[in-house]
Amino acid sequence: MVDAPVDSVLAAELEEERPRPGLLARARDYARRHPTVVIGGGLLLIMAIVAIIAPLIAPDPLRLNPINRLKPPGEKFWFGADFLGRDVYARTVYGGQISLIVGLAVAAVSTVIGLAIGLTAGYVRWVDAIVMRIMDGLMAIPGVLLAIALISLAGASVTNVIIAITIPEVPRVVRLVRAVVLTVREQPYVEAAVSVGTRLPKILVKHILPNTLAPLIVQATYVCASAVVIEAILSFLGAGTPPEIPSWGNIMAEGRTYFQIAPWMIFFPGIFLAITVLAVNILGDGLRDSLDPRIARRM
Amino acid sequence: MYAYIARRLLATLPVMAVVGIAVFLLLHLTPGDPAVVIAGDYARPEDIAKIRERLGLNRPLYIQFFSWVGNLIQGDLGTSIFSNLPVSKLIGQRLEPTLALAIATIVFAILVAVPMGVIAAWKAGSLADRLIMVFAVLGFSVPVFVIGYAMMWLFSITLGWFPVQGYKPIGDGFWPFLQSITLPTVALGIIYVALIARITRASMLEVLTEDYMRTAKAKGLDNNTLLIRHALRNASVPIVTIIGIGVALLIGGVVVTESVFNIPGLGRLTIDAVLRRDYPIIQGVILIFSGAYVFVNLAIDLSYTILDPRIRY
Repeated sequence: MVDAPVDSVLAAELEEERPRPGLLARARDYARRHPTVVIGGGLLLIMAIVAIIAPLIAPDPLRLNPINRLKPPGEKFWFGADFLGRDVYARTVYGGQISLIVGLAVAAVSTVIGLAIGLTAGYVRWVDAIVMRIMDGLMAIPGVLLAIALISLAGASVTNVIIAITIPEVPRVVRLVRAVVLTVREQPYVEAAVSVGTRLPKILVKHILPNTLAPLIVQATYVCASAVVIEAILSFLGAGTPPEIPSWGNIMAEGRTYFQIAPWMIFFPGIFLAITVLAVNILGDGLRDSLDPRIARRM
Repeated sequence: MYAYIARRLLATLPVMAVVGIAVFLLLHLTPGDPAVVIAGDYARPEDIAKIRERLGLNRPLYIQFFSWVGNLIQGDLGTSIFSNLPVSKLIGQRLEPTLALAIATIVFAILVAVPMGVIAAWKAGSLADRLIMVFAVLGFSVPVFVIGYAMMWLFSITLGWFPVQGYKPIGDGFWPFLQSITLPTVALGIIYVALIARITRASMLEVLTEDYMRTAKAKGLDNNTLLIRHALRNASVPIVTIIGIGVALLIGGVVVTESVFNIPGLGRLTIDAVLRRDYPIIQGVILIFSGAYVFVNLAIDLSYTILDPRIRY
């Protein structure tokens, strides 16, 4: 029997003696190394909490109060009042609910659909040729225009907005997943799995899927940011969430006519929208740096 | 090279075919009778029948498709339901403001973003680099209509430097045209600047570590020659690629910017068509924009050999 080198024995003993850092210490260490994840995640969390507890911190966003119409921001109306005397603060705070629901739903649905298509296309050659041509074609159609066209036909509702934004986002996810699968499928452990007769679904789920998760999480955050912006654009253009539901885009659309005398109707929802998108993007950048250090060094 | 160009041109055919099929099917994949959808909630049965007749919706789907494609090949994009004018004519009337805005934005973005990216990479880690990167993240996050209204409020309403809204064609004089297009260009360009600056920095950082850069420096070349002739030229392929990909962002942004600044271009034509459910116009505009995107990216693909002689096809 060959003895282990003295150095490695010592190192192992030292490892045993050194206590493993606690969860809090590890979290602190992660936050120190990746501050953008904490800043982005924290900002997003605050926006989410504000939207969720909106009924507790804001009055009814639909209550008409014509006597106070177009009242500038002040003690009674923090963000001013709109052309019907409704409280812009209440409407802005409630508006976050729609943006977050749409953002998260589009990110989740497009990731799941894109993952399924991307895995199959990347691994099964004949599917790849057909699917990728369709994806290339869909990617050539500007997402905002495709979404506008879908909404104009299907009618304005939150579900239709989610579907209309998801369709242009799916090809981007498919491309990413497919690219990862094409690299991973050539790895020796996949070849080994094939050689021992592992069935295709098991290879895809057990050996290939885990490799796509890190880039997919990062992509999902960018899809979420893009969905929040596109929802606001659709509502702003009058082809999104129904006007009776306060969403940031709707509030801004209503403010367009009164912009010169009541700019607060556009600025406050605009600031909330920008902060939310910024938070998601910062979180995405932080996750990318944390999950893929090779790209992090370059960006 | 010519074989590659031919191959690349052929490769755009399936893409445009998918775009065509998708645009055609949009109307038919939505639930319910397309004629009812187009006619709107308050239409009379005879209006619905008229629309069905005019769009040929009572014919079998494949005949509708082939006749639509046949017309398309001859440059016939259909007729507007609302104004009864040919869609190609309506698009032609609105093309100038959109083209002017798009070209001005691309030129502005490249002129601002590339130097920003080069400086950020050259002074990597410095305060200038950090400020540029913060701008890149911010610029990418603030939606175009928020920037547009903020700029309009500051520069038009408060300072009075620019007209609040509207568009003056270049035929009315260059100065009024420039005044009307400046704010929309900057508002629309910021997201593009952020995107290009970021990629320029990343691409330059990679090139600056190459051996030939050290050699060039050792030869005693001045910074300008070093950065522009040696580094930027070699870093240009990813930059040009992102400019092409960003055209999709630009097209989405044009629609919104034209609405914010009341510019009578293709974006406004689309929104008006959406509100009136004038479907032939929506189809026509999507086809034109998608075609432009495919064409720009084809041109960019072909430019690689000029930018980087190492690339051979």
